[in-house]
Amino acid sequence: MYKSALIGLLSMLAAMVLPQAAHAEYGDVVMNNYSDAAGMRPVVFPHWYHRIRFRCKVCHADLGFKFKAGGNKITMAKIIDGQFCGACHNGEISWSVENCGMCHSGISGTPTHIDGSTVQRLVAPTYKKLGN
Amino acid sequence: MNKPSITVFAALITLAFLGVTGSSHAQAAALSTEKQDPNRFNRLLPPKDKRTPPVAEDGIHDPKGAGVKVLQEPREAFGVLIKGKGGNYVDWVKSLDKKKIKPLYDLDDPELVPMTVDMNIVREVKGTMPDVVFPHEQHTQWLECANCHPAIFIPQKGANPMSMVDIMLGNKCGVCHGTVAFPVTECRRCHSKAKPMKARQKVSAKSTRK
Repeated sequence: MYKSALIGLLSMLAAMVLPQAAHAEYGDVVMNNYSDAAGMRPVVFPHWYHRIRFRCKVCHADLGFKFKAGGNKITMAKIIDGQFCGACHNGEISWSVENCGMCHSGISGTPTHIDGSTVQRLVAPTYKKLGN
Repeated sequence: MNKPSITVFAALITLAFLGVTGSSHAQAAALSTEKQDPNRFNRLLPPKDKRTPPVAEDGIHDPKGAGVKVLQEPREAFGVLIKGKGGNYVDWVKSLDKKKIKPLYDLDDPELVPMTVDMNIVREVKGTMPDVVFPHEQHTQWLECANCHPAIFIPQKGANPMSMVDIMLGNKCGVCHGTVAFPVTECRRCHSKAKPMKARQKVSAKSTRK
């Protein structure tokens, strides 16, 4: 009982004290499974941009994206094979993989997370943004 | 108090504080605008013009990267959509209804329209909050059945116990609500069906009996 109260109090303090830095757009997903280690900037996926053009079902049912940031273990090899992002980012439906910096646009060292999510803001603020 | 209720309590308090602490933008704004009226409204809320920051200043895009020069500014895209509360400050459901956006339902067949299901599920909730109405209609506009059933929700009445803590931790409704769909601070969008007066009196009598 006291343990859970303590956890609650700590997360409350964390939410108050930790800087809630400049907000990227709600739903922006940072993916950094492999980028940092490969010397690339992490990927920023803007949900808002894609949901203007596609319903959730297209990616989350037809293309098999799990509802989990970093849970899909996407690699460039899979994308070039037409899986995940590669289903559209192939130069046909949308611009293709040679535009590295369009996706790999995050600040190096940013861990995988969904920006502005309840879990990130409230439950487990996993990191502090740079420059804020 | 038992263990779950303490956790719920702590989480709700935290949620309340979130609204108060806002972002460092708010604090920065408070610091940099000392000349402003000290007794102005919403002193700690991030100003509305800071809500949808430019890509280069949003804290996750590297301003030195090539992407920021070509990526679309969300403010430009949201300008033609219907405004909403929380999240992106866009009402995505209304924007879809009013055809402000025309998202594809299928990559191979751009003409395919979703098969929507018009079925509301009412979940009676503990306490005095209004009951939850879950509309299949709006959800099937975006998703297909297999996105939620049976992995997230077992399609059977009473088979899906959940709590706000569960949701805030990113389970059940929280898989989407709190990440991309409107956040849990929009209480009344789900808790929308007022309980009959008798039920409300019963609950409040119960809570004051001690």
